[in-house]
Amino acid sequence: MRNSFVARHPSVLAFLALLALFTLGVSVLSEGFGIGLISTSFVKTLGKTLCLCLIAVAMDLIWGYCGILSLGHFAFFGLGGYMIGMWLMYERTRLIVEGSLAQGALPPTEQEIVDAIGTQIFGVVGSSDFPLVWAFADSLVLQLAMVVLVPGLLALVFGWLAFRSRVTGVYLSILTQAMTLALALYLFQNDSGLRGNNGLSGLQNLPGVEAPQSVVSLWFFWASALALGLGYLLAAWIVSGKFGSVIRGIRDNEARVRFLGYSVEIYKLAVFTLTACIAGIAGALYYPQAGIVNPAEIAPIASIYLAVWVAIGGRGRLYGAVIGAAFVSLVSSWFTGGQIPDLVLGPLEVKWVDWWTIVLGLSFVLVTLFAPSGIGGLFDLWQGRRPPDRHGADLGPDAGALREQEATE
Amino acid sequence: MSTLLEVSGVSVSFDGFKAINNLSFRIGQAEMRAVIGPNGAGKTTFMDIVTGKTRPDEGRVLWGERSLSLLGLSEAQIARAGIGRKFQKPTVFEDQSVHENLLMALQGPRGPWSVLFYRPKAADLARVGELATEIGLADHLPRKAGELSHGQKQWLEIGMLLAQDPRLLLVDEPAAGMTPEEREHTTAILVEAAKTRAVVVVEHDMEFVRRLNCKVTVLHEGAVLAEGSLDHVTADKRVIDVYLGR
Repeated sequence: MRNSFVARHPSVLAFLALLALFTLGVSVLSEGFGIGLISTSFVKTLGKTLCLCLIAVAMDLIWGYCGILSLGHFAFFGLGGYMIGMWLMYERTRLIVEGSLAQGALPPTEQEIVDAIGTQIFGVVGSSDFPLVWAFADSLVLQLAMVVLVPGLLALVFGWLAFRSRVTGVYLSILTQAMTLALALYLFQNDSGLRGNNGLSGLQNLPGVEAPQSVVSLWFFWASALALGLGYLLAAWIVSGKFGSVIRGIRDNEARVRFLGYSVEIYKLAVFTLTACIAGIAGALYYPQAGIVNPAEIAPIASIYLAVWVAIGGRGRLYGAVIGAAFVSLVSSWFTGGQIPDLVLGPLEVKWVDWWTIVLGLSFVLVTLFAPSGIGGLFDLWQGRRPPDRHGADLGPDAGALREQEATE
Repeated sequence: MSTLLEVSGVSVSFDGFKAINNLSFRIGQAEMRAVIGPNGAGKTTFMDIVTGKTRPDEGRVLWGERSLSLLGLSEAQIARAGIGRKFQKPTVFEDQSVHENLLMALQGPRGPWSVLFYRPKAADLARVGELATEIGLADHLPRKAGELSHGQKQWLEIGMLLAQDPRLLLVDEPAAGMTPEEREHTTAILVEAAKTRAVVVVEHDMEFVRRLNCKVTVLHEGAVLAEGSLDHVTADKRVIDVYLGR
C-alpha cells in the first residue's frame, strides 16, 4: 500500500528526502552536534521556519484544497503555543520556587509551593491565584493533549456554527477573522488568566534539562522536521484519494457535491478541525523555540500573512505551501534583520526594515495577478505541464462553456 | 405500478411571485416522463423542490414505498435516498480527471470517514470503465474534465448520474448543445435507464421529446396544464394556446 502511494506521488518522496537531507545538513553544521558553522539562533530560526511550513501545509489543505479562506489558523497556532507554554512556565517556576523554599528552616507545604508559583507567574498582572484554565498546567501529558484538543474543539464549535448556516466565501473569511480578533483581544486582558499582553515567556528553557541551548535548539529542530514530515505525509495521503476528490469538488462547486450525496458541511468541518489541530501542534513546537508567546502573535495580521505565504508558494499543491512559507519567512527575517544596506534614491531613503512589508504586499498582488499558481507553478513549467490550450474565447458564462472554436466545428 | 415519487399540492412563491402553484405530479418505479412548458413555467423550480434546494410553502413530497417525506431532508440526504440530478449547463469537476469524476459519483458510502479510507475495489474500477464506455469516454479517463468538449461534458455528467445509481433521474435539457448523432446516443442512454428506474426529462426540443416516446407533462404558470402522450397534449387546445402557439 505504502509503496504504491509513494510511487503514485513521487513528489512526496522527493519532499521527504529533501527534508531529511536538510535536517542532516543543519545538524552537521550546527554548534550543538556539528562543526559550528550555523549559530544556535539560526538553528532556532530554521526550526521555527519548519513549524511555519507545517501550518502552511494546514492552510493549503483548508484553503488550496477545500476552498475555505480561513483567516483564523494563526489563532489555533497561538493556542497550541499557549497550551505547551503553560506547562513549561509552571514546571520551570516550580523547580525554581522549590529550590529557593528548600533553603528555609522548615520544609514548605504543598500549598506554600503552589502560592509561590502563582505569585511568580501572575505577579506581573497583579495577581497570585491560579485561574481555572491553569488547572492542568502541572501535567505535561494533559497539556500536550490540550495542544490538540483546545484548537480542535474551538474549530469544531466555530466551524459547526458557521458551516451549518452555510456561510461561505468572503463572509466566512470575515467571520474567521472576527473570531481571531476576539480571541486576541480577550487574551490581551490581564484577567484573561494568561498574563495579558505579557504572554508566556522563558519558554526556551526546558524544565529539568541541563543541556545547553545549542543542543536543545537541535532537539526542537528535529522535532519540527519530524512533525513537518509526518504532517506533509498525512496531508498528501488525505488529498490523494477520494476524500481529496470530494474536498476539491467542494472548492470548485459545492452545490454539485451536495447533489452527489455528500454532506458538504461535515466534510468542511472535518478539514477545518483537522487543520486546526495541525496548526496547534505547529504552534506548540514553534513557541518554545521563539521563547515567548503573547496575544500579538494571534492578531489577524498573522493569519493574513499565512494566506500570503500560501498564495506566493502556490496553493492547491502541498510543496507550494511549504516553499512559500519557507521562502517568504526567511526572506522576511533577512530583510527585517537590518543587515541589508539602505538604498538611497535621491531624496528617498529606502529602509528595508520598513519597506519590506511594501515589497511583500506588492509581490502578493503581482503573484495573484500574473502567476496564480505561485512559485510552485515553476515546477509545472519545468515538467512541461501546461493548462490545455482551449483555443478561442468562451461563449458562455463560465469557463466550462462552449468555446468559439468548438462551436464552429 | 407503484408510485416512486408523489408531489401533491405543492406551492412556492418568491417575493410574491407564485413560481409553483398547487402542483401535483407522480411517477412510477420504472417510467420515463418528459416535462415541457414555456419559460417560467416552473420546471427548474419543480426540480429544486424535489432535490431539496428549495423548500415549498405548502404541499407534500413523498418518496418510495414507505412514503418518506422529502421536505425535512437536506440535499445530500435526498441524493443518498436515490434522486440524481443533471443540471442544464454541464457541471463536472473541471480540475479533476474523468476517472475521478466518475469515481466520486459512484454509489457507495458517503461519510467522511469511509471516504477517507476508501480505496477503489476491482468491481468499482470495472463499473467506472463500463460507464466510460457507455458514454463514449473510455479513452479519456485520465484526462481532466475541463479539457473535454461541451458534448463530452454533458455525457460525463450523465455518466456521473448513472454512476450514482439513483432510483429517480432528474435531467434538465440533456441534449442542449449536442450534435444530432450525440442526441441520438443520449436518447438511447436515457431510454435504457428508464427500463430500471424513473427518469424525468425537462426539455424544450419537441423532436427530442418525440424520440423519447413517453408520457408528457405540460407545465404552465407553476401548475400541470395537461398530461398524456405527446400527440394527446399537442392536440390539447390550451397547450397550443400557451405553448405551441407562441
